Amino acid sequence: MSTPGGLLLALAVLLPFVGMLLGLVAGGRHVRRIAFATMLVGLGIAVGIAWAWLQAGELAYLLGDWSPPLGIALRADGPAVAMLLAVAGVVCGIGLYARADFDTPAGSSESRAAFSYWLLLLAVWGSLNLVFVSGDLFTLYVALELLTFAGVPLVCLAGSGETLRAALRYLLFALCGSVLYLLGVVLLYGGYGTVDMRLLAEAVQAEPIARTALALMTVGLLAKTALFPLHIWLPPAHGGAPAAASAVLSALVIKGSWFLVLRLWCDVMPGVAGASAAQLLGGLGAAAIVVGSVVALRQQRLKLLVAYSTVAQIGYLFLMFPMALTGTGVHDGAVAAGVLQAISHATAKAGMFMAAGLVYAALGHDRIDDLAGAARALPIALLAFLIGGVALMGVLPSGAYLAKKLLLDAADGSGQWAWTWVLQGGAVFTAGYVVLVGVRVLRRPAQPLAELKPISLLSQWAALGLSLASLGLALTAVVGPLPASLISNPLSPKELGNTLAVLAIGTLLAWGLARRPLFSITSGSLRGTTQALARGFEQGDHFIRRWPSAMVAMLGIAATFGWLLARA
Amino acid sequence: MNVETLYGLGAAALVGIGLYGLIVLAHPLRKIIAFNVMGSGVFVLFGALAKRGAAAGLHADPVPQALLITAIVVAFAASALAVALIVRLIESTDSASLASDPPDGSRD
Repeated sequence: MSTPGGLLLALAVLLPFVGMLLGLVAGGRHVRRIAFATMLVGLGIAVGIAWAWLQAGELAYLLGDWSPPLGIALRADGPAVAMLLAVAGVVCGIGLYARADFDTPAGSSESRAAFSYWLLLLAVWGSLNLVFVSGDLFTLYVALELLTFAGVPLVCLAGSGETLRAALRYLLFALCGSVLYLLGVVLLYGGYGTVDMRLLAEAVQAEPIARTALALMTVGLLAKTALFPLHIWLPPAHGGAPAAASAVLSALVIKGSWFLVLRLWCDVMPGVAGASAAQLLGGLGAAAIVVGSVVALRQQRLKLLVAYSTVAQIGYLFLMFPMALTGTGVHDGAVAAGVLQAISHATAKAGMFMAAGLVYAALGHDRIDDLAGAARALPIALLAFLIGGVALMGVLPSGAYLAKKLLLDAADGSGQWAWTWVLQGGAVFTAGYVVLVGVRVLRRPAQPLAELKPISLLSQWAALGLSLASLGLALTAVVGPLPASLISNPLSPKELGNTLAVLAIGTLLAWGLARRPLFSITSGSLRGTTQALARGFEQGDHFIRRWPSAMVAMLGIAATFGWLLARA
Repeated sequence: MNVETLYGLGAAALVGIGLYGLIVLAHPLRKIIAFNVMGSGVFVLFGALAKRGAAAGLHADPVPQALLITAIVVAFAASALAVALIVRLIESTDSASLASDPPDGSRD
């Protein structure tokens, strides 16, 4: 039965698509106006959904009043509501940022990039909302495909050969993932006669068909999320797109398929998933953090550094699985931590990509080695970048801090000491590239910076606003549904010592692994060794990102999941 | 062997052929064809499952057919988008290669 407020779920999905179609018809200068009107109403709907959820708990809406298995249900539980609200906020922030970039001035004919950008932004938003509220696995398949179809053209808005190539790689690899996911859905329908998640959760048994389906669907979704070693498409796609598009792709699009992994493992098939397969998922996450961060330190361009930092941050999103699934039901705290991590990454990474885009727009380049003096010239943009980075490090009161704290509690509770080390150590790698960029931009330039191009003040404040939102996300614990006791005093000796230790080790990493020495101190053999190590990582990453190795890795991971699921 | 099993085995063969093509073929157009072969395998499997699920006097379970037609439309749209991208790529670079740059920036 539909609950009061359930209609809001249908509206949340419909509205962005209606806005998109209106924009398509109206064209020209009207597109941006329609996009902003849609954002305003959409934000209102998201707030309304959150309000209804706080009042009455879970929302549900049956399309045409037909019940599953014949009908289609839209449902929103806590994680879905949180993601809906966060995505609405981030879309509005990105919209404000992109206002100046994708403008069609009066009198000029519409430009293809500006026209497409606003329509695609709305399409991404609508598809994501559908991912969050869908109640059945087949609608989710369609939603994920819509998300990919909206994301791919965002990659090649500039239309250059390099970006077209990146877009095509992204599309083809994502399609491989989709077929595997669809195969899993078909197998589940064959086994249990429904694709509704609630009905499946009751019917599904730990038997070969469910295990096969879970292994295939998971690996298909990992390919779309670009979890290491399936990140073949991410760096060129996210690094090459215009900043406003990269922010959408990195902050939002990859969260769709990640959210579906969460749904499958924790809601639909926790009994099938089992602890040992969850360990593999967490292990891939840990590998992503190490490889993504080290390769990020080796990048020469700021946008590629942020793109590789996304590879690493996707790893953090999967660290929750070993804590959530320990073989004895689902740990709610770990799931909350995962959602919190996703939201803090969405806000912080959008802010960081925007800042990188502003640096590029003002200086005409984003070579990290030549950014000396940039902090003085573009204080707001670089503050946004550094605050976003600090928030991702998990410094109080950021969302990442709260997520880490929840996961540490869950790891303690289930006696998984090894993961405590990964959780604590992960921040160090993030600190590495934050320190690297910080040192470069704060350095005094050899000669005064060449003339800067003017950049929009609104864009700068939008970037800073999103980064600050990520940094302040833990404050939701005070007003929201999480216990306030999770937050301790940020200036207490323990927290301060922790932060300083993370920064110190991060500085060491940046010193050892960055392409050009961080300080002018020359040192002999130690840096030689770390440089060789870093080059090894880079070459390994290049090898993994070739098409045949990525496809073989995909099959290998599917087989390993199958084996681990059967063994449990 | 009944007809559903035969279709199931045919579906498995199509998925295998498509997967093999996706791994070893370099040209993006061939990859798209391989993707469609693999997708066809999944569709045939779904059809076989619909036949197996026949009940209430029907020849086949109607739900998979409704889902199939949607999935086919989605796969068609995906292929169209991919082909459009290939055409643009060839127009702007005279090559349809997907090879990326090695880490030191020089092309291989």
